[in-house]
Amino acid sequence: MKNMEDQVVLRVFSKIMIPFIIIFGFYVITHGELGPGGGFQGGVILASAFILYGLVFGKDQLAEAAPPRVVEGLAAFGVLLYSGVGAWCLLAGGNFLDYSYIIPPAEGAVIPHLDGGAEIWGMILVEYGVGITVCTVMITVYNMITEEAEA
Amino acid sequence: MIDSIPALMVVLPLMAGVITVFTGKGDKPWAWATAITGIVFAMSIALLAEVTAHGPVTYNFGNWPSQYGIAYTIDAMNGFVLFVVSLIAAVTTYYSRLSVKDEIPNDRLHIFYALWLLTICGLLGITITGDTFNVYVLLEISSLTLYALIAMGYRRDRRALTASLRYVILGSVGASFLLLGIGYLMMITGTLNMVDMHDRLQVLIHNDEYSRTIMVAYAFLLVGLSLKLALFPLHMWLPNAYTYAPSAVTGLVAATATKVAVYMTIRFLFGIFGRDFSFGAVESSDVLLTCAGLGVLYTGIQAARQNNVKSVLAWSSLGQIGYIVIGFSLNNENGLTGSVVHILNHALIKGGMFLALGCVAYRLGGTRLTHLKGLGRKMPWTMAAFTAGGLGLIGFPLTGGFIGKWYIGLGALDAGNWLILVVIMLGSLLAVIYVFRVVYAIYFGEAEPDSVHATEAPASMVVCTWILIGMSLVCGLWSEWSVDLAANAAKAMLAGFGGAH
Amino acid sequence: MNFIEAASDHYNYWIAVIVMMIGLYGVIAKRNIVKQAISLGLFQTGIFLLYISMAVVFTPDGKMGEAPVKHSERLAADVLSVAGPVYDNPLPHVLMLTAIVVSVSILAVALAIIVNIKRCYGTVEEDEILDIEAQGLLDGPDTKSNREKAGALV
Repeated sequence: MKNMEDQVVLRVFSKIMIPFIIIFGFYVITHGELGPGGGFQGGVILASAFILYGLVFGKDQLAEAAPPRVVEGLAAFGVLLYSGVGAWCLLAGGNFLDYSYIIPPAEGAVIPHLDGGAEIWGMILVEYGVGITVCTVMITVYNMITEEAEA
Repeated sequence: MIDSIPALMVVLPLMAGVITVFTGKGDKPWAWATAITGIVFAMSIALLAEVTAHGPVTYNFGNWPSQYGIAYTIDAMNGFVLFVVSLIAAVTTYYSRLSVKDEIPNDRLHIFYALWLLTICGLLGITITGDTFNVYVLLEISSLTLYALIAMGYRRDRRALTASLRYVILGSVGASFLLLGIGYLMMITGTLNMVDMHDRLQVLIHNDEYSRTIMVAYAFLLVGLSLKLALFPLHMWLPNAYTYAPSAVTGLVAATATKVAVYMTIRFLFGIFGRDFSFGAVESSDVLLTCAGLGVLYTGIQAARQNNVKSVLAWSSLGQIGYIVIGFSLNNENGLTGSVVHILNHALIKGGMFLALGCVAYRLGGTRLTHLKGLGRKMPWTMAAFTAGGLGLIGFPLTGGFIGKWYIGLGALDAGNWLILVVIMLGSLLAVIYVFRVVYAIYFGEAEPDSVHATEAPASMVVCTWILIGMSLVCGLWSEWSVDLAANAAKAMLAGFGGAH
Repeated sequence: MNFIEAASDHYNYWIAVIVMMIGLYGVIAKRNIVKQAISLGLFQTGIFLLYISMAVVFTPDGKMGEAPVKHSERLAADVLSVAGPVYDNPLPHVLMLTAIVVSVSILAVALAIIVNIKRCYGTVEEDEILDIEAQGLLDGPDTKSNREKAGALV
């Protein structure tokens, strides 16, 4: 695994690719509310960028770019973002995950689904919650497997 | 907020479980988990009171109509099971402080309690949800975290690892069968909501359409659920998993996991397929009664042969599950009432007895029969709790275990099935043998050199053990309230879908 | 002939069932626990295929439905009208997305446990693990000397 760093083609090419992979990952997460995509797929794509970095430049470099403690914390944060959005709707007076209540509605207004900005904010936040968790959990799994392999 | 209790029952442990990771070291994760399970228990009482007084409660996630979104439906049946699960969760969490500190390394405590709360979240979710696919997902949440919790016992005995792996393989196969069955049902009904599915299935069954698909779905669901509830020939994952898990985990799992699986089975058989199909068109009664009856006898014999007392209780759990399965397979009100009330009583008894063994493990580091010899004088309170629980397992009159067996016996009489009555009697005799083998060692055995200096377990542990055992005794002496609740649940289930409409 | 026609009409189900059964066979018959875990994944993949193939919706003239994507240029009324495009049912896809995540998690937990088994027992062959357990050398905590004692048997 160490000598992959010596391969010029691999090193240069992955350096070029990684920003694009990350942008594509964010695109897939953000686009998830309208088309195919969403947190799961986008999160895995994001994680693949980090795992590629880890494969080519080694574990220590990856630990520098994405410290394991931060990664594990973010995994929990993603779940909290998801359920936090739900709980926010609940506190605002709606049902759990009723996005229409994210932006408190006017008094007496009828709130149908698929209407206005509140729904979209809810979906995007939830997708990002999922995406962050999936991405960080994949990185953690990769970290653990390589740890065992080298021990 | 009162209206949101159904959602909070699942969301609160979920969020709290994740937050546990950040709570730090020492007693903080434990205190946090105890507070959360306490709140959940209080909410389950409020929910049960609401359901008993005003009938079923439905909660729509995201305010989507229940045909499209996920709906949580609570009726007399799952309100009761929710109460049982959250009661056991609250008591075992409070109990677990010292026991877990003793058995889990200090730097893993926050992970342990995160998994612990997520397990509880999954178990409550399976019970509360009215969406079949949600059942599968929450089943996997509870199972995955349980696999990890059981495997954590490997620092005391490495067999926890193989036990956990076997549970992973068999449990996942069972859950996959469940997923397949749900898939077939969705294929023909086009819905995942339990109430909808029930209505559409009744029409299809009545018109004799898709009967082969319904049959296949039923077969997959029944086998998958039997694996999850450890019905006799599909039970091999259970004894070792219970024996080698950390003590507190065993207390939680033994009292809740299989009970929730039993609830699911009752829900699918009575609530979704309807008793006319489950016990009329396919006659699953004979199969279930044969498996459960043989299971009661076989597991009774196995329990009497074990040298680890935790194993004895694990095998005896299988026998008690056999009684519960017998109860609802009889397909009449008394039998079903017996099953439901035995879910409560057995959870209390077995939970309490495993907690008592946790006290022994805390003082002596093991639970083999030799460890327990002569402990009657060293740990009188713990051993008294164990003995009282043992009487309950036998089904001694005036204990909780008697009530369930009594109603199941009445159900067998109603069904005119004398053979089952004989099996129940023989099973109780076997219970006498395996319980008194242990109790004899406790009070008349000579203490081993290792256990001469053993003293009574810490007060917090003994009190929790006695809360569960004491409640089982109370349920035996004043059985009206629990039997009333169970009879309500049984009536609701016999009527089809829990009287939700 | 009727049977062959029926079989070829539903070839998607045959593929799903064959994949499932290969997986289930592996879970039961393989004595290597890593292979058992992989077979479990295969079994679940078969179930995913079954769900996915049930999502297909046919138009009245026998064509398959389109991917359920919201096109901005199409009006909502067009989508809902009878003459509009027929979409495949997105629900099974969504369900399988969840189930795939579950299946990956199961594999991860199983592999994590297997790694620890390998460390404590020194083997991943079920027969050898059962041998070690039968000889009762596993009493006692997970220490280095105990591990070596068990490992030395293999």
